[in-house]
Amino acid sequence: MSLLDSINHFSYGAFCIWQRNILVWKKLIGPALMLHFGEPLIYLFGLGYGIGQLVGDINGISYVSFLATGIIASSAMTTASLEGTYSVFTRMVPQQTYKAILTTPIKIEQIIAGEFLWCANKALFSSTAILIIATLLGLVESWQALWVFPIILISSIAFAAPAIIVAALSPSYDYFNYYFTLAVTPMFILCGVFYPISSMPSAMQIAVQFLPLTHTVELVRPLMLGQDVQNTFYHIAILLVYAGAGTILAMHIARKKFRL
Amino acid sequence: MIIQLKNISKIINNRIIVNNLSFTMRAGHCFGLLGPNGAGKTTTINMILGLITPSSGQLTVFDMQQPRHGSKIRKKIGVVSQEDNLDPDFSVFENLIMHGRYFRLAKDQIVDQANSLLASMELLKHKDLKPLQLSGGMRRRLSIARALMNTPELIVLDEPTTGLDPQVRHLIWERLRELRNQGTSILLTTHYMEEAERLCDELMILDQGIAIESGTPRELINQHIEPHVFELDKSAAQTHSLKNTASQRIEMIGDTVYIYTTQSHLVRQHLDALSDDQQIHYLHRPANLEDVFLKITGRDLDE
Ligand SMILES: Nc1ncnc2c1ncn2[C@@H]1O[C@H](COP(=O)(O)OP(=O)(O)O)[C@@H](O)[C@H]1O
Ligand SMILES: [Mg+2]
Repeated sequence: MSLLDSINHFSYGAFCIWQRNILVWKKLIGPALMLHFGEPLIYLFGLGYGIGQLVGDINGISYVSFLATGIIASSAMTTASLEGTYSVFTRMVPQQTYKAILTTPIKIEQIIAGEFLWCANKALFSSTAILIIATLLGLVESWQALWVFPIILISSIAFAAPAIIVAALSPSYDYFNYYFTLAVTPMFILCGVFYPISSMPSAMQIAVQFLPLTHTVELVRPLMLGQDVQNTFYHIAILLVYAGAGTILAMHIARKKFRL
Repeated sequence: MIIQLKNISKIINNRIIVNNLSFTMRAGHCFGLLGPNGAGKTTTINMILGLITPSSGQLTVFDMQQPRHGSKIRKKIGVVSQEDNLDPDFSVFENLIMHGRYFRLAKDQIVDQANSLLASMELLKHKDLKPLQLSGGMRRRLSIARALMNTPELIVLDEPTTGLDPQVRHLIWERLRELRNQGTSILLTTHYMEEAERLCDELMILDQGIAIESGTPRELINQHIEPHVFELDKSAAQTHSLKNTASQRIEMIGDTVYIYTTQSHLVRQHLDALSDDQQIHYLHRPANLEDVFLKITGRDLDE
């Protein structure tokens, strides 16, 4: 088999898994859209305009604009994390979906790749929804905001990888609490979604450099506000390290789990 | 040869699950792996499918090394797993369609195949239901239909009729016989001797990971067991103090006494004579694989 054949063969399998998931998603499109549009609206109106009254501008930007840019980034994280843990675990263990698929020519690596695709896809859905809302509210400053999509794509892989690893290692749903309490929630609060990280003590500012969400926020915010992005390659590099190392590790752990 | 195992062993957590197993399965045959729970049947199947790597030994399927060629080999196999693992998010029909996609079949071929399999498994009128809305028997029929989506050369069924009512069991046997007549090879695990006897050309009896016997069902029965069996209640047997004689061999398992014999008329006369003063209820039947298993392992199969 030539390299091209192998790539074609591999991606077909991953595509099947992505297709499976999107077919299921389409059956529940109502609740899904409710979540994608409803949640950010509540944040923007409730926190953005509410707290915005008290906070005023941040570095010359209205608080609601500041928050909208943060929420696009954090929604990529929450979407990929929830899908990568709860939904993947459901297919992996209680539903035995993977077990059934593994009796076909499709391999575990293709299943995991398909799940990555789907996590990224879902993160893009939610970012798109927020971008639409933000644009309608007049919070987006320039066309350069479209660069948000590739950033969300890389970020969602960076978030999906640890989530899928957690799913593969957890004996039950309850164990996800560790991951959400120790990783996802701290990132949500500390990585610059709600306030600039420069307002934290300097030790904290250094610590959050190790967390992927910080870099997603640092990239997405200026892109939406029509500003120049600082340290672009540094931020992208960190996200790529998370995505790359995470993918390799996730594949390895899934292979161990499914191939005795 | 469709399947060839040479000295296959599998050790998990320092426990020998499959112990030095060797057998070959010929194309077009129905091969049965027989044994009680925990014998290692499912583990053996998973090694054949390339889903578990043997600890030692040589394993080829369609003359290709397993697990190295797992994907290529599985393209030609249909699998009915021991537990139903239908996709609960899809309807009956969608389950088949999605499965066809995993095999990369052409779109129209998938739809035609799905419809004709649903018809043959008597599931057409349930095609829009979800698996959880089906009865156990329907789910199992759907699992079999799903396994046939890729028109496999070999179909592997892990305890396909366990827990099903006799009607469904007969429908499944019927379909399996049709498949074999069309030339499909069948690998079957079961702990129902009747199933093995009806369907299998060749059998291997597994116990605690070890192959203890193999041959055709007839061979096994003729080799190990007298052709006639009388079953009677333990209490009845005790009052009449039945004994081993030249014409009868007596085994006692649980509350049942089994009399094995080549000369059924002698035993029958004897029992009927005893019945003169007190009625003895007994069952006279031909020997079956259950008896073979009993004799070889000294245990009931369902224990
Ligand atoms: N992944 C595993 N880890 C530990 N023990 C296992 C594993 N899989 C199977 N076993 C053990 O191996 C034995 C044989 O299992 P199995 O092949 O499922 O038997 P059967 O299908 O004949 O009932 C059982 O005792 C089971 O507990
Ligand atoms: Mg089993």
